[in-house]
Amino acid sequence: MDKQKVKFLNDKADDIRKLIIEMIGRLGVGHVGGSLSIVELLTVLYYDKAKVDPARPDDPDRDRIVLSKGHAGPALYSVLADKGYFPLDKIRTLNQPGTDLPSHCDMNKTVGVDMTAGSLGQGLSCAVGMALAGKIDKKDYRVYAIIGDGESQEGQIWEAMMYAGNMGLDNLTIFLDDNKMQIDDYTANINSVEPFDKKCEAFNLRSERVNGHDVKAIAEAIDRAHAAKGKCTCIVLDTVKGHGVPFAVSKGVGSHSFSISEAEWREFCGKEAD
Amino acid sequence: MQDSKEMREVYCESLVQMAATDPRIVVVEADLMNCIKTGPFKKAYPDRFFDVGVAEANMVGISAGLATCGKIPFCSSFGTFATRRCYDQIFISVAYSKQNVKIVGTDPGIAAEINGGTHMPFEDMGIMRGIPGMVCVEPTDSAMLRSLMPQIVDFNGPVYIRLFRKKTEKIFEDGASFDLFKAFTLRKGADVTIIASGIMVSRALDAAEQLKERGISAEVVNVYTWKPIDDETIAKSMRKTGAVVVAENHNVFNGLTSAVAEVAAKLCPVPIESVAVKDQFGEVGKMPYLSDRYGLNVSNIVDAAIKATKRKI
Repeated sequence: MDKQKVKFLNDKADDIRKLIIEMIGRLGVGHVGGSLSIVELLTVLYYDKAKVDPARPDDPDRDRIVLSKGHAGPALYSVLADKGYFPLDKIRTLNQPGTDLPSHCDMNKTVGVDMTAGSLGQGLSCAVGMALAGKIDKKDYRVYAIIGDGESQEGQIWEAMMYAGNMGLDNLTIFLDDNKMQIDDYTANINSVEPFDKKCEAFNLRSERVNGHDVKAIAEAIDRAHAAKGKCTCIVLDTVKGHGVPFAVSKGVGSHSFSISEAEWREFCGKEAD
Repeated sequence: MQDSKEMREVYCESLVQMAATDPRIVVVEADLMNCIKTGPFKKAYPDRFFDVGVAEANMVGISAGLATCGKIPFCSSFGTFATRRCYDQIFISVAYSKQNVKIVGTDPGIAAEINGGTHMPFEDMGIMRGIPGMVCVEPTDSAMLRSLMPQIVDFNGPVYIRLFRKKTEKIFEDGASFDLFKAFTLRKGADVTIIASGIMVSRALDAAEQLKERGISAEVVNVYTWKPIDDETIAKSMRKTGAVVVAENHNVFNGLTSAVAEVAAKLCPVPIESVAVKDQFGEVGKMPYLSDRYGLNVSNIVDAAIKATKRKI
């Protein structure tokens, strides 16, 4: 990846971060930390690797992106709005009555969302089903699934991992947003999911660990996943919950969901008034 | 008279037949292919058959994912595991997500026999009925199943099929046709309506014969689709007879008794008696023993019908 592309993606990630903070800030409260930890991943997928077109959100040949950790909806909505799936102004409707942008992703409400999620652990199985459908129909679309580390305490994640590994689903790439925190504490203090990459390998997937805030590293890991024929890959992304937003990172475990004041979001986004 | 074919045989035959012209149909199993006998589907369409192993939640999630890509997955397990074990996956990944997945739960109620209490679903239709948009159907015999299968495929939405696996009592002629969303009146009567489903249909017909000898004219209505329920047919019969017995191989709570009572409350309040499992767990035994144990015999229906007629307002 050339430097210009890296700069473009990093600048885009900065834009997305601001949209997330504005979206949640205007509402006043939301899932900040886990939205921010996947910004670089979503940027690489939607602006570089994934075959998606805002003009054709239902294209049967499009790549699918399943945000299994559905509470990070604001991150996905920011990307979709920026890409033009819907007007940018819509981000002001987050969680308002009758909104198309609920806390947790809903494929029937939001254009561009490929799978409903929110009850943790379920999206990965759905992504496996999408990948199997691609195999049946001999289509070359790819499926990307994004799971959380806390989410991976759900047994269904491992049911899906085992099947994806054993079926050698090379059209499915799984990303673990390993931000090392969950609602109650650090994941390691609750019920550690590590060593996650080794667990994946034991489940017959290939796995590697990269810096989840390094767009070039993420993109290269995706290239390697694509090149691995007959193997499903899980890319473990070392991330920081709240990454890129100091007042979120400083909250630590408390960054999962918290209130943002108007002054905070306006300062971060550089928006003095509407 | 016993049916000539096992229900599972007709289920798989229907799938294989429809799949020949409908590439959307796929089958997802969780290690019970050899119980529901979908092997012929696997043989005919190996690339459209998946056995995920003993992992019902994954079976349902994968089915939902397949459905998002335009497939019509049929997934199955014993009724307990096809519903309770993966309820949230059915609720969120399938129903809330509006995905076109068909879920088959076999061995309803006492049909689980010596698999016992862990495998004996008395609550499956009740909990599935609580999921918005879920169609809940219990085909009565193989002729009905054959008629309903294409309609289940054509219906664009989730369906729960409560399926007796083996040979059941034959009620309908081969080639008979049914409407997925209508009840079927098997016998006309004037004094009491017996509303029955599944294995209770043949018992209801036998009870109606016995009631006739006692001078009570019983109408028998087979309500095979519990949701959405055919309230028109039910209310019409209620208005005519003024008394109802519901006969179901299911817990009295949340099941057909509840569904019928909802119709009565809304359209035609009449006394309702119930022949059903009374808030109990299952246990091992053959069907005759279990019928006695839970009070699901013809005699129980007769007694309930007499009681219902005496309660008429």
